[in-house]
Amino acid sequence: MTITGGKKREKIDRLAELSAREDEQGVSLWKEAFRRLRRNPAAIIGVVILAVFVLVAVIGPFFVPYSPTDSIGIREGLVKSGQGIIPGASADHWLGFDHQGRDEFSRLVVGARQTLLVGVVSTLIGLAVGALIGGVAGAAAGLGGRWGRWIDTTLMRFIDMLLAMPSLLLAVSIAALLGASLTTVMIAVGVVSVPIFARLLRGSMIAQSNSDYVLAATALGVKRSKIALTHVVPNSIAPVIVQATLTLATAIIEAAALSFLGLGNPDSAIPEWGVMLADAQPYLGIRPGLAIYPALGIIITALGFTLLGEAMREALDPKLRK
Amino acid sequence: MALLEVDDLSVTFARRGQRTVRAVDGVSFSVDAGEVVGLVGESGCGKSVTSLAIMGLLPKQPGLRVGGKAVFDGSDLLQLDDRSRRDIRGRDVAMIFQDPLSSLNPVIPIGLQVTEVLTRHRGMKGEAAAKEAAELLDRVGIPDPRRRLKEYPHQLSGGMRQRALIAMAVACQPRLLIADEPTTALDVTIQAQILELLKDLVRDSGTALVMITHDLGVVAGMCDTINVLYAGRVVETATRRPLFRQPRHPYTEGLLASVPRLDAGRGERLNPIPGSVRDVLPWPDGCAFAPRCARRVDECVGEPPELVLTHDARSYRCVNPVPIPGLTPEAEVRASAPTTAEPGTVPAQAEPADPPAAPGFGPAPREEETP
Repeated sequence: MTITGGKKREKIDRLAELSAREDEQGVSLWKEAFRRLRRNPAAIIGVVILAVFVLVAVIGPFFVPYSPTDSIGIREGLVKSGQGIIPGASADHWLGFDHQGRDEFSRLVVGARQTLLVGVVSTLIGLAVGALIGGVAGAAAGLGGRWGRWIDTTLMRFIDMLLAMPSLLLAVSIAALLGASLTTVMIAVGVVSVPIFARLLRGSMIAQSNSDYVLAATALGVKRSKIALTHVVPNSIAPVIVQATLTLATAIIEAAALSFLGLGNPDSAIPEWGVMLADAQPYLGIRPGLAIYPALGIIITALGFTLLGEAMREALDPKLRK
Repeated sequence: MALLEVDDLSVTFARRGQRTVRAVDGVSFSVDAGEVVGLVGESGCGKSVTSLAIMGLLPKQPGLRVGGKAVFDGSDLLQLDDRSRRDIRGRDVAMIFQDPLSSLNPVIPIGLQVTEVLTRHRGMKGEAAAKEAAELLDRVGIPDPRRRLKEYPHQLSGGMRQRALIAMAVACQPRLLIADEPTTALDVTIQAQILELLKDLVRDSGTALVMITHDLGVVAGMCDTINVLYAGRVVETATRRPLFRQPRHPYTEGLLASVPRLDAGRGERLNPIPGSVRDVLPWPDGCAFAPRCARRVDECVGEPPELVLTHDARSYRCVNPVPIPGLTPEAEVRASAPTTAEPGTVPAQAEPADPPAAPGFGPAPREEETP
């Protein structure tokens, strides 16, 4: 009796301690969202895919078995593209050679780094510019005084103009304008995603500007700039972050498309998945694998970002909470 | 000179292709320092729009017209420019809203929202602001304020959220507090606590309070003077006891009769006012309440009734008012003897009836003098 009683008391004490500890730290909206995210299998699959991808992209190039630019296959006489001899997978070369006799596996791994770089940088460019334009327009439209509507209209017409152009066409024209290079691809893909971010943040901010807590803060005399920054923006940012994750997926696809069209890095020796895809085109009949591997890389990475993005949307949307 | 003098306030919403809506149609009332004034009426009678108009918080949209005057401490709040209006809000005039959950920003801690006001109007920063914020939370009865400052709105209970909002509203010791249905979203026991808190704050600080509510129980427990609104106009103004004991306007009488009572007999039904608030006559065509009124006479239609001022500082807008109980309408004029109030008109929350002040002997003394 005393023993079980003591055990029970211990258990209750421990429970109380645990619940008290949880109570102490403020459980913010973000922590709550993170908890929901962890329970979603789609999110976990997405995170695993992305973790592998990022790991490969960051440290993979240090461990590749061969140099990605060395035409080792031609030197050893294994590859004769002119005669249509491109050997496939073997124990030494896991995915075979490409048309110039370079190790396909090494090129794929090094290409991942380029892909990640382009995806992240172009999304950040789009996010920064888009959020700036959308934030100013949203604050002006939601809280602005006499000039608010005017500022909002001007900025949004500019965004509408960008939005009216087909994204790939816009990207191609920008890339053509700036000359082919990796930086060009990043800027072009970034600019294409600007209108999405701008419209999203603006719409979200205008909706939040009509909420009760903005009214309450106004009733307390808080300045409009302060209301915009401490009240409206933190409540409007969630959909933008979700969109950024989803945009990473499209950015990678668009960057590959631009490279495929020859608007990427002019030095095609440096592997990039889009360029690899383009290079594989003449040899589709002989070695379809050369096209399939980079294509799979692009698809799986984009899938990872999309899964994570969708799961985040669900986790952050209060309407979908169970 | 009253602290707030609202004179002929009107708010109209005009939309192209639609009927112009007169949400508030010539409302006048005054609030003295330290006084608790109630604005009572059912949904859609213009209570909230009145308060938002005074604060200048109505959404700026084309077609919105605000007329009349709201003189606070010598300056007309309706004529102020945006900058000075922002300076007055929160410092001299503060407002408490109906829904405490949606009135607090969900993604930042309570403490930040309280210190924001302190920083804005009292220039406090850092540790000093945090200390003052904790003291404020303590003053409105939130236990363990230091910890609560770090918490988010969804971690507080409904009552505590409303306390936090009240703390923000009284942070700068405003001279006028407008409470727009502050207890509607709370359950009954919490309601009582919040009302008690508001009462204490008003008593201790001498803040004037405008209480907007549809709950006559709240009014009976708190207000010194009560303005009953119907369809955007004040239909009756009286101090608390006379209003509850001898409502003169049929609408006030109907409101009182429709309150559920504890001492009602078993099986007794509530007496609702027939019709709905939409069955109004436009004021220029007569009394807006006429379509629903049991005491309707021919004079009700055609011309809007004027506000009748009686001797004991009360007024009503009716051509055929409810007679003072126990007296015939003719006798009312020379009435001087104390009359017994009809018990049926006292709601459950009101104090038990004792002989009322005699009407007809000049202005009656105020029942409850606030210190």
